Amino acid sequence: MPPDGFGGGPGGGTWQDSWLCYPHGMRQFLDFEKSVAELENKIDELRHMSGPDGINIAEEIARLTEKSEKQLRVAYAKLTPGQKVQVARHAQRPHTAEYIGTLIQDFTPLAGDRLFGEDKAVIGGIGRFQDLPVVVIGTERGSELESRLEHNFGMARPEGYRKAQRLMELAGRFGMPILTFIDTAGAWPGIDAEARGQAEAIARSIDTCLSAPVPVIATVIGEGGSGGAIALGAGDRVMMLEHAIYSVISPEACASILWRDPKLATSAAEALKLTAQDLLQLHLVDRIIPEPLGGAQRDPEAAIRAVGDAIGAELPDLLSLSGAMLVAQRREKFLVMGRDGLT
Amino acid sequence: MSWLTDYVRPKIRGLLKREVPDNLWTNCESCSQMILVKDLRKGLNVCPHCGHHMRATVAERFAWTFDEGVCTRIDLPKVVVDPLSFRDRKRYTDRLKDERAKSQLDESMAVAHGKIGGHDAVVAVMAFEFIAGTMGAALGEAFVAAARLAILQKAPLVVFTASGGARMQEGMISLMQMPRTTVAVQMLRDAGLPYIVVLTNPTTGGVTASFAMLGDVQISEPNALIGFAGPRVIEDTVREKLPEGFQRAEYLLDHGMIDMVTKRADLPAMLGRLIGLLNHRQAAAPLRPAA
Ligand SMILES: [Zn+2]
Repeated sequence: MPPDGFGGGPGGGTWQDSWLCYPHGMRQFLDFEKSVAELENKIDELRHMSGPDGINIAEEIARLTEKSEKQLRVAYAKLTPGQKVQVARHAQRPHTAEYIGTLIQDFTPLAGDRLFGEDKAVIGGIGRFQDLPVVVIGTERGSELESRLEHNFGMARPEGYRKAQRLMELAGRFGMPILTFIDTAGAWPGIDAEARGQAEAIARSIDTCLSAPVPVIATVIGEGGSGGAIALGAGDRVMMLEHAIYSVISPEACASILWRDPKLATSAAEALKLTAQDLLQLHLVDRIIPEPLGGAQRDPEAAIRAVGDAIGAELPDLLSLSGAMLVAQRREKFLVMGRDGLT
Repeated sequence: MSWLTDYVRPKIRGLLKREVPDNLWTNCESCSQMILVKDLRKGLNVCPHCGHHMRATVAERFAWTFDEGVCTRIDLPKVVVDPLSFRDRKRYTDRLKDERAKSQLDESMAVAHGKIGGHDAVVAVMAFEFIAGTMGAALGEAFVAAARLAILQKAPLVVFTASGGARMQEGMISLMQMPRTTVAVQMLRDAGLPYIVVLTNPTTGGVTASFAMLGDVQISEPNALIGFAGPRVIEDTVREKLPEGFQRAEYLLDHGMIDMVTKRADLPAMLGRLIGLLNHRQAAAPLRPAA
């Protein structure tokens, strides 16, 4: 594991979250959150103290809490691209399954590509978003070792993308908007995936997404990794959480190819312009969804609510358009990418 | 369509440039046997001993594909250069300059139109020699221009692919060329025009995972490496040896991913036949049965 690599992606680091440090209770801190971790540890200790001067302790806790929040605010207001990569991959950020669990009522998972198998790296199904029947599709990383293996760390095989296509077509047939959640290091680079046409599966997924005669809203909630992300990302609206990243290649792999040194992943992360803020400026994404103080991992529920609010804000305009109009506008939007909006 | 009249100006290119004199010898990169350069050229850069298909330049592709090698190259729309101000060990702008000087090409795709087997056709050729045939905004622009030209001419689009993947120096703009080129394929589909993909060695990454796998007919040259992930990435991930012939054209044929593996010498005839059959609605009136 290179010292300033980020881990968690193909071509760099390991599958373990070796960049995590300072375990504090249940909370995992990143290296740049060291001083916050120390403050929160101190607050914890104070909380467990009892004595005659309880009032002084309460005052001290309040003072330290204010201080740690201020530090978080300062740190998160100016995260470097390299730090954003760490935040975007934070193991305690809410996952697709949690977004679905909170935002979608009557969620009914649907399984399988009807061709070969069921790929749990892509989860999907039907349910209601604010009373509106919708189709939901997203990559799911899993949360502890067992479920990560089950979901293959969110790295889909062709079956996952073909299941996505099937659900997108179903959405079109029944006039249900499509909500996608993107959180993946990329498509699975395995022998089995290639043997069953990984490239074709991704290409056809993009093709199907662009052709869906219903609103498509894609949200990058963590890491948007290359082809495996764009397979679910050709939406009428593409949104990113404030500290999410979206990149054509992992910074580790980019560094090892272009700089011939995976240790320079932080330089690659800067050069690639993979932050939500950069991508909004390049007109490649449409909306940034603010995260709670200290990132989505510190308050998953608030992050999920913010995503729900953003989807709720974007849907009405899209619902007022006919299927043909939606497809025409979506195609036009992607047809000019790389030509318009750049300086 | 106004941009077409703005940007597309015919550019006639005649003779091929010969960089190596004909009386020299070279070695086959596959079987290592000696080949007279003159024979190699005559044989479409295919080894006369083992049949290995070597790389072809853009100019060679056009010359071999169109009837009598006659075609009209089109000037492609200009794109914003280096939108990210990217710099690795080298500035991207310098890299582009150097690549242009070295390859005599503007970018990793060139477009021409002419006749194949007597049928009008637009042909887009990827240049692996230009930054490994990587896909950036210029390639997207070229592919969209090729599709629009085909629609304007009611002609099929044939694309020869060769790519190492994404143009990393263009970051997410590179990734967005995947949906962008896919929209161009959809435009051809809506116009009822055939779209034929000829995969050549090697075609990997985002190009394979977008327009290169969406052909009405998928052809590959023999032994071409075709895949999403490159073999080294896969080996590093799964930590096992890759099976013999993995990701080669014949493997893809066996796995149902392409329609045929066609030798270079047989390509023009096959393309002509496919176009004649698929594009019959645009064919000349005498070919149709009398009413
Ligand atoms: Zn040979």
